Amino acid sequence: MTDAIYAARFQFAFTIMFHYLFPVLTMGLGVLIAVLKTLQIVKARDEYGDAARFWARIFAITFAAGVVTGIPMEFQFGTNWARFSRYAGPVVGQTLFMEGVFAFFAESAFLGVFLFGERRVNPLLHWLAAVMVGLGAVVSGYFIVATNAWMQNPVGYQIVNGRAELTSLWALLGNPYVRWMYPHVISGSMITGSMVMAGVGSYYLLSRREPELGRLSVRLGVTTGLIFALVSLFPTGSLHGENVARYQPVKMAAMEGVFETQEGAPLAIIGMPDTERRELLDPIFVPKMLSYLAYGDFRAKVVGLNDIPDDRQPPVELVYYAYHIMVGLGTIFIAVLGVAALLLWRGTLFTNRLWLWVLMLAMPFPYVANHAGWIVGEVGRQPWVVYGLQRTAEATSTNVSGGMTVFTLLGFMGLYLLLGLLYVFLFLKIVHQGSRHGHA
Amino acid sequence: MVIHELWFVVLAFMLTGYAVLDGFDLGVGALHLFVGRNASERGRAIDTIGPVWNGNEVWLLAAGGSMVVAFPAVYAASFSGFYLALMVVLWLLLLRGISIEFRHQVDSPLWHEVWDVVFCGASALLAVLFGVAVGNVLRGVPLDARGEFQGSFALMLNPFAVLGGVLSLATLSLHGAAWLAHKTDGQLQPRARRLVGWMWWVVLALLAAMVAASFVVRPDFTTNFTRWPVLLAFPLIGLGGAAYLRRAWARHDNRGAFLGSATLIAGTLASAAAGLFPHLLPALPGSSHPGLDIYNASSPAGSMRIALGIYLFGMTLVTVYLVNIYRIWKGKSQQYYI
Repeated sequence: MTDAIYAARFQFAFTIMFHYLFPVLTMGLGVLIAVLKTLQIVKARDEYGDAARFWARIFAITFAAGVVTGIPMEFQFGTNWARFSRYAGPVVGQTLFMEGVFAFFAESAFLGVFLFGERRVNPLLHWLAAVMVGLGAVVSGYFIVATNAWMQNPVGYQIVNGRAELTSLWALLGNPYVRWMYPHVISGSMITGSMVMAGVGSYYLLSRREPELGRLSVRLGVTTGLIFALVSLFPTGSLHGENVARYQPVKMAAMEGVFETQEGAPLAIIGMPDTERRELLDPIFVPKMLSYLAYGDFRAKVVGLNDIPDDRQPPVELVYYAYHIMVGLGTIFIAVLGVAALLLWRGTLFTNRLWLWVLMLAMPFPYVANHAGWIVGEVGRQPWVVYGLQRTAEATSTNVSGGMTVFTLLGFMGLYLLLGLLYVFLFLKIVHQGSRHGHA
Repeated sequence: MVIHELWFVVLAFMLTGYAVLDGFDLGVGALHLFVGRNASERGRAIDTIGPVWNGNEVWLLAAGGSMVVAFPAVYAASFSGFYLALMVVLWLLLLRGISIEFRHQVDSPLWHEVWDVVFCGASALLAVLFGVAVGNVLRGVPLDARGEFQGSFALMLNPFAVLGGVLSLATLSLHGAAWLAHKTDGQLQPRARRLVGWMWWVVLALLAAMVAASFVVRPDFTTNFTRWPVLLAFPLIGLGGAAYLRRAWARHDNRGAFLGSATLIAGTLASAAAGLFPHLLPALPGSSHPGLDIYNASSPAGSMRIALGIYLFGMTLVTVYLVNIYRIWKGKSQQYYI
């Protein structure tokens, strides 16, 4: 039975992390494309329309990959996590259902108009389609994050006959946990969209092709990227961190590698948590900073892992390293994009080959940062699937064996490998074609 | 309490909506390899569904969402019970989505050929598997005392369910052919029309066989119809759709023929739902559970009421989008993919 739990957990982790590679780009890119379409109308210049058309092709393959890998997520609640569905379905079903009827319908319907309708509908409707696609992606994200926030901090429910019943929709949608988690997720996605845009634009400038598309992509990508890299740190990141400290002190202790409960806790910049010796090895501390960041008071008490029963602790190392990777990369993004913005302002970025190279090579790292953030959130919640209410081990399907789950996991791995290779191939192909395509 | 009955109607409506809408693009997928004789004709067939297939598939996700929120026990039991079959459905949906979206990205005959075969195979198999699933739900499944079961492939592939699979493939192919006849011109249209002509007979014969088999497999299937004769309207609507399809087809009214096949599918599925009520997942005789129905498998009433409000508001929006979207794409399909 424990094998079955590990198999189900691994399958969920694998499929959702692969899936999230795509929406993390489309949420940000959808907004940026809507910005390009708006600029096209406001400034009445074709180059914005050409750029929107180019980025829409990237958006289209990414959206398709996101849709096909997203369907398994909804299925898995029933196939692998039947007891979770029975227990929490009356609540989490609401937000999943809202994603379908409010956001996903709009996004899918208007994507067709946006991609294929430019010569068929009037320019204003085409602009509206672009806005609806961007809006749909971002609203879709809200319902998914609200679902997750309920699993992190259950609100607006009562337990009836051993399962959750929703008592207040507004409590579910206005969960204090979602208030800063959602803006943080969206800013992560905006950074991803922006840095991919800046990276591809840099490639064009470096290879001396598509100069207009390149300059426009770099300018928009660097500007929005820097704004959202800062927003990711403050207010969204730090205030979401305060929420984590308030609602899930165990996760906070694991994120920061705090073993001893202490007042005026220091912030560990680096260090290696050792769960055997129950201490942080070779740390570099900023005194009293953690107490301040988590509770707004330099003398506040931070609960340490030693005062929390073992069966209520997440895997500490994974949470700690994922958190430090996320924060470290976030800091690097601010530096890279800050320098790029400075060069842009001085008018030398487009000829600064070193920094264009840096921007191009930085493209994969927003993905790493976003995924690390989800690991902190999801692994940090363990051993609970619904925090404080249902344990992950009590959420699986009892009539599905570990062998079946392993078999289907292998199936997913094979298909996702194929999909991943195809996606990268098509991405590179579209970049290679540039804006020449689409004028036919 | 009336909320349970309302959710039964909603769920039946969502699944029927899915079958009618994604049904024609699954049918086009199953047929395009044969109706189109070369890569460009096949591409034209796919162009007819290019802008709309994704929105159609959202009905499946929304139907799944409505099942989670209203009848979580059915969702949990059927999805974990039909585990391997549903995973295969997932993989096919995945391959189908990849093939339709990635096919037109590269201009090479071999690339097109590979994705055409994948698209055809995945679409046809999905049509079969959806029919098999409906067949198994109608027939009932073995349930243990907790309402759990484990459906092996052998259990799923009983003769009744297989008949359901064949019927589903035939019906969705007819639906797809009617769509192609409506949306294309040139070489494709007469071929699609010929298909509609003889597929109509096949579907009617299979449908008659399925109805006869239902009486054998589930003798109580008529109970609801004798108790509430008004429900007989659904089978009559289905038959009316079939008759209208034939008449419109003979008069070269291809749009009318497509609407006829949509009505046929909607009437058939509504009849199945009417016969099943109030069961959602009936138990096979000999099970230690009476079967999952809208009362013993539902969410608490409060959750269902909140979700119904969301649903009515959401579907109003969806209707507005859909009407406008299909209006934008009305008329003969053009080459959308460049």
